[in-house]
Amino acid sequence: MTSLISAPPLSSAQPAGSSADWAVEAHGLVKTFGAHRAVDGVDLRVKTGTVYGVLGPNGAGKTTTIRMLATLLKLDGGEARIFGHDVRREPQIVRQLIGVTGQYASVDENLSATENLVLFSRLLGLTRKQSKAKSAELLEQFGLTEAAKRPLKNFSGGMRRRLDLAASLIAQPPLIFLDEPTTGLDPRTRAQMWETIRELVSTGSTVLLTTQYLDEADQLADRIAVIDRGTVVAEGTTDELKSSIGSSSLQVRLADPKEVEDAREIIGRVLSATAVVSPEGSRLTAPMEHVSAVTDLLVVLRERGIELTELSVQKPTLDEVFLSLTGHSVSDEVAEVAEAAQDAQDAASAAAGDAASQPGLADADADPDPNPSTPKAKILS
Amino acid sequence: MTSLTLRPTIAPGAQRELKNHVPFSQLISNSLSMAGRGLIKVRRTPEQLFDVTLQPIIFTVMFTYIFGGAISGSVANYLPLIIPGILVQTVITTSVVTGVQLREDMDKGVFDRFKSLPIARIAPLAGALLADTLRYAIATTITFITGFIMGYRPAGGLGGIIGAALLVIACSWAISWIWAFFGMIGRSASSVQGISMMILFPLTFLSNAFVPANTMPSWLEWFVNINPVSYLVTAVRDLTNNGTVGYDALWALIGAIAVVAVFAPLTVRAYMRKV
Repeated sequence: MTSLISAPPLSSAQPAGSSADWAVEAHGLVKTFGAHRAVDGVDLRVKTGTVYGVLGPNGAGKTTTIRMLATLLKLDGGEARIFGHDVRREPQIVRQLIGVTGQYASVDENLSATENLVLFSRLLGLTRKQSKAKSAELLEQFGLTEAAKRPLKNFSGGMRRRLDLAASLIAQPPLIFLDEPTTGLDPRTRAQMWETIRELVSTGSTVLLTTQYLDEADQLADRIAVIDRGTVVAEGTTDELKSSIGSSSLQVRLADPKEVEDAREIIGRVLSATAVVSPEGSRLTAPMEHVSAVTDLLVVLRERGIELTELSVQKPTLDEVFLSLTGHSVSDEVAEVAEAAQDAQDAASAAAGDAASQPGLADADADPDPNPSTPKAKILS
Repeated sequence: MTSLTLRPTIAPGAQRELKNHVPFSQLISNSLSMAGRGLIKVRRTPEQLFDVTLQPIIFTVMFTYIFGGAISGSVANYLPLIIPGILVQTVITTSVVTGVQLREDMDKGVFDRFKSLPIARIAPLAGALLADTLRYAIATTITFITGFIMGYRPAGGLGGIIGAALLVIACSWAISWIWAFFGMIGRSASSVQGISMMILFPLTFLSNAFVPANTMPSWLEWFVNINPVSYLVTAVRDLTNNGTVGYDALWALIGAIAVVAVFAPLTVRAYMRKV
């Protein structure tokens, strides 16, 4: 049961050159749908044998990026290589190197689990006998043997995802795309999925996954790219990203909104962090390195006579990552999608500048708000 | 439970020898696999079989008893005229489903997987069209059996029946390319159904399938006589009732080839743009 397709074992002598080191190299990826630029100059480099997380809210362009890399969507701009093979010029080669598990399970609803896996195995060139053996083996590995003959209509969300992932592993692809592998799963199934992904990496696979959950990226990924409105706003290891947003996040609500600028200045001085003002103007959010520093802050606020109505210290959520990295929150994002069409023109030019000045993490780290004028103006007004 | 006991056995991407084209033998085997999928689906969803099982029975019984006395004096005299007509009409109607199902299929998640696999791009389309010939064969068989039960004894014998069946299946397969094309360009499955029916009804009813053309007004008779479906109906009548193959069969086949020659490239082009 442990042996999959007879694949040559990993040899210790890796050939030199970029195609061995990089599973994914993408530069300036662009995809437009009408006037809306869904992906707007995304750069990604994924090292072979690592887990790379693409983190972002709904509509940020994660799925579109993955679909372009997986040859499911044509590139409108930029270039991408998978293990050194260009997705545009050598799509058929790229398809032999990847497995794709989509956000919506890409298995056939009308077929049973076994029939699905046998079909995909046959399409991949296995004989009838090999296909049956392979399917039985994968079903066993993913704990689906009992449900093998049942119609997929009765499968739970978790079972469906597992089958989907199993289908992606038939050809033992060296690169696996997982588009939001745990969205909509209950916590227990989610933990199982994480375990499966970790096992996968231990076999030598490279994994590129998208997620909306900071903790998921934290749990699984070696490196993370935070993506917002079709551009990468920050990139780095999980530790680098966490230090850029602080290990925890402070939220205070002021009794008198007029004192917000004073409070902001104090937070900046005491915590040496940039506080972001909430849209209604009375709440401040700031990244924090040490929770104990909150005492110093409270003392200074009291000396200055600034009253608080609310105070909390939390683990940073995706929302805070966004606040500190982009200057706007995830919920703004939803409202702005509507504006996106008319804004596309200005956004395009602004973001093009962004992407150009952002080859690595350094910028994003040093200045958590790389484009201060536009987004912040919106929030303050 | 999901304890994976995989060991590092995956060949690194950079070390694999790969080709960027699909050999013809793989196209054939991929298409057959996809056709196999189509057959499992037919078996799994019996309602898909209704239009090839119940429809031929209902149409044959209904039209024969409604028109029989009026057109041919009696039901028995009408059978040699109506059975070939019903056969052509039913099987062509069945072929409409091809486009609708293709559209539905392409909107589903599983199509993403097909697109991400290193298979022949055209295999899902080819497989679907191939699997549908089985549905035409079922519809053909059931129409003949219903006719036989109602007293139809074709003078052309078994050879004539088999020849007629093959001709109808071949022509319907050709016509299914038209519906497949609408399946590619249509906005949704129901719009595909709508467009296809709009073309199908005049094509099958404005023919000599149910009523002899010489009873119609002259302008209609002119259309009925040039309608390719009429040639097919006449050819089927020749085969089943006389056991002969005439020019009508030839014209029907030429028409079928012309349809494939026009619509296969159009469909494939529209399809390739989608995948």
